[in-house]
Amino acid sequence: MRMTERAGEIREYLSPGHVGCPGCGATIAMKLALRALGERTVVVTPASCWAIMVGAYPQSSLKVPVLQTGFATTGAAASGLRAALDLRGERETTVMGWAGDGGTFDIGFQALSAAAERGEDFIYVCYDNEAYMNTGVQRSSSTPWGARTMTTPGDKWKRQQKKNIMEVMAAHRVPYAATASIAYPEDLERKFRKAASIRSGLRFIHLFSSCPTGWGFAPDKSVKVARLAVRSRFFPLYEVEDGTRYAINESGELPVADYIGGQNRFKHLGSEEIALIQARVDEEWERLKAKAAASPIGQ
Amino acid sequence: MMRVLEGSQAVAEAARLARVKVVSAYPITPQTHIVEELAKFCSDGSLDGRFICVESEHSAMASVIGAASGGVRTFTASSSHGLALMHEMLHWASAARLPIVMAEVNRALGPGWNLWMDQTDSLAQRDTGWIQLYCEDGQEALDSTLQAYRLAELVNLPVMVVLDAFFLSHTYEPVDEPSQEEVDRFLPPFEPKFRLDVADPYVLGEVAPPYIYMEMRRSIQSAMESALCLLPEVEEEFAGIFGRRHGLVDAYRCEDAEIVLAMAGTAASTARILVDELRAAGRRVGLLRIRLFRPFPAQAIRAALGPARKLAVLDRNCSFGAGGIFAQEIRAALCGHAGPAVYSYVAGLGGRDITVESLRGVYEATRDRPEPPTESVWVGLREEILCE
Ligand SMILES: Cc1ncc(C[n+]2csc(CCOP(=O)(O)OP(=O)(O)O)c2C)c(N)n1
Ligand code: SF4
Ligand SMILES: [Mg+2]
Repeated sequence: MRMTERAGEIREYLSPGHVGCPGCGATIAMKLALRALGERTVVVTPASCWAIMVGAYPQSSLKVPVLQTGFATTGAAASGLRAALDLRGERETTVMGWAGDGGTFDIGFQALSAAAERGEDFIYVCYDNEAYMNTGVQRSSSTPWGARTMTTPGDKWKRQQKKNIMEVMAAHRVPYAATASIAYPEDLERKFRKAASIRSGLRFIHLFSSCPTGWGFAPDKSVKVARLAVRSRFFPLYEVEDGTRYAINESGELPVADYIGGQNRFKHLGSEEIALIQARVDEEWERLKAKAAASPIGQ
Repeated sequence: MMRVLEGSQAVAEAARLARVKVVSAYPITPQTHIVEELAKFCSDGSLDGRFICVESEHSAMASVIGAASGGVRTFTASSSHGLALMHEMLHWASAARLPIVMAEVNRALGPGWNLWMDQTDSLAQRDTGWIQLYCEDGQEALDSTLQAYRLAELVNLPVMVVLDAFFLSHTYEPVDEPSQEEVDRFLPPFEPKFRLDVADPYVLGEVAPPYIYMEMRRSIQSAMESALCLLPEVEEEFAGIFGRRHGLVDAYRCEDAEIVLAMAGTAASTARILVDELRAAGRRVGLLRIRLFRPFPAQAIRAALGPARKLAVLDRNCSFGAGGIFAQEIRAALCGHAGPAVYSYVAGLGGRDITVESLRGVYEATRDRPEPPTESVWVGLREEILCE
């Protein structure tokens, strides 16, 4: 489906009327990403909330082509598509793999790692809502310590730390890796444009996408929750070039309790547990700062 | 005790009552309720076992294989794409002769993504060496899961208990849930026939060159054959304690039937309504529900069919290029025996409803056609949107 836009308006590639929940952070994420990348983009998406939000036959919520693929396969399917476009001379088309945290940290990890190692020329976005949302909120290896999900219920709330996927990707020495947030659209769009301009290997964007349904907060708070994640350093915004040079873009000094407080998934945690989370966030922050100081971007 | 349970809960309760020790599973709609229920049991202490939240179905099966090789009772559940991703490990499980039990919720395969009822996912695993039981209701899902452990541990083969997506997995029904004490009487503690043991070291799954491979495969075939004889015995024991049996096949009003409808799963409940209606109008019609699919109960099917002239097989699946799978298997079972002509119908794929009316259409088409067409007839297609 194609729509003509009126001159002067921002071009949007996400149609109104998609089936995401009200306040879904992942839909804002896609809207901003495609704004930055433009119409010469092909999206590859595995099983996820987004696989459903693309629409049911014969409709599509996106105005760019989409290849739906098996849950574990985003990195591989995007590699094949890139090869085909190259062989057909369509160098200017951007391939964007778009997978959830389950499709990235867990089941799709092997295909992602392999594509990164091969130096495949596409942008891989993990829109991270920190659990398997499409199947009704089960834990993933991106679910943060302390959260309750359907597979970490009751007193068995998650006792493992969230996997640090940025460090994993940095260790692959991909030319570009960045965190981004729906609460910082200018930063997000800049990073997508930068990612599109680099062609020397896989570019990875870790995109924080708040989820009112899975985290338990009011749908009108999605952007606020995402902003609090950054301002409490729970999810600082930074970028890494060639896996070695760092720049921190956005953060803050709010206590992590401000971020955790409004979400049902954390509501069983007492002050002791929150202090543990704070300590861990502080530790990670110091590590990140040290890396950025030791090896900054642009030198 | 009578309880109102969802099909998924009935299965999860059975796994808990079987005192499984390791549950490893990966979420996929419409199997998730089974897994979430078991995660809850492990969390609240009502199940003394470990729940492993793996990162894929391939790993789910691999980890229960690891656990079963370590000598404990295991459980997993999957569906559709998840089962397809497990395929390699299904072979590992059966050829390692491990008595793993899995609940499999029949769901269509994509693309396009479809969450609804379809049998192609489990039937595509027919050659993996797994015993397969297809259930009609919540009670049978619970009972079959318990029987599955008994049978699996007798013949050392894995068992798949198959449930229709939503129609069974998400439907609440009264279910008689047995007590732990009764289940313990039926299902003794797991005594592995072999397990990895430092006191008696050997290799599981080592290289099998041509001089031994065939004998190993033959032993799987023999175990399947013995499962065919042993399931009725397991059912007898089960009936002795719980007063219920479900059969290899379930023949309903077939004794003097001229036309018999055959199918597996919940569609059989709809077919019973039609059979009763037609019987009330004086038609000699019966229903043959296939419960056991692997090993295939050829003998039981022939015995149940009696004098029927025509058999209409309804397949909620399709083997592209060959047609309905149950129909093919039944044709093969009847080959060389005097029996009814087999009419093959493909219906209800990807969750399309099978109603009393659509089944009446199948009955009438079978009744009115003197000879079966060579190919499967597709029921209820929207002809206006078909393309080549
Ligand atoms: C092989 C396979 N296993 C399981 C599923 C079921 N499934 C579909 S989406 C999904 C969860 C996706 O989680 P994530 O990648 O985090 O995306 P989200 O839904 O949270 O946006 C699962 C488990 C599947 N489609 N295919
Ligand atoms: S569950 Fe969360 S990620 Fe999925 S559509 Fe709803 S809000 Fe968006
Ligand atoms: Mg997710």
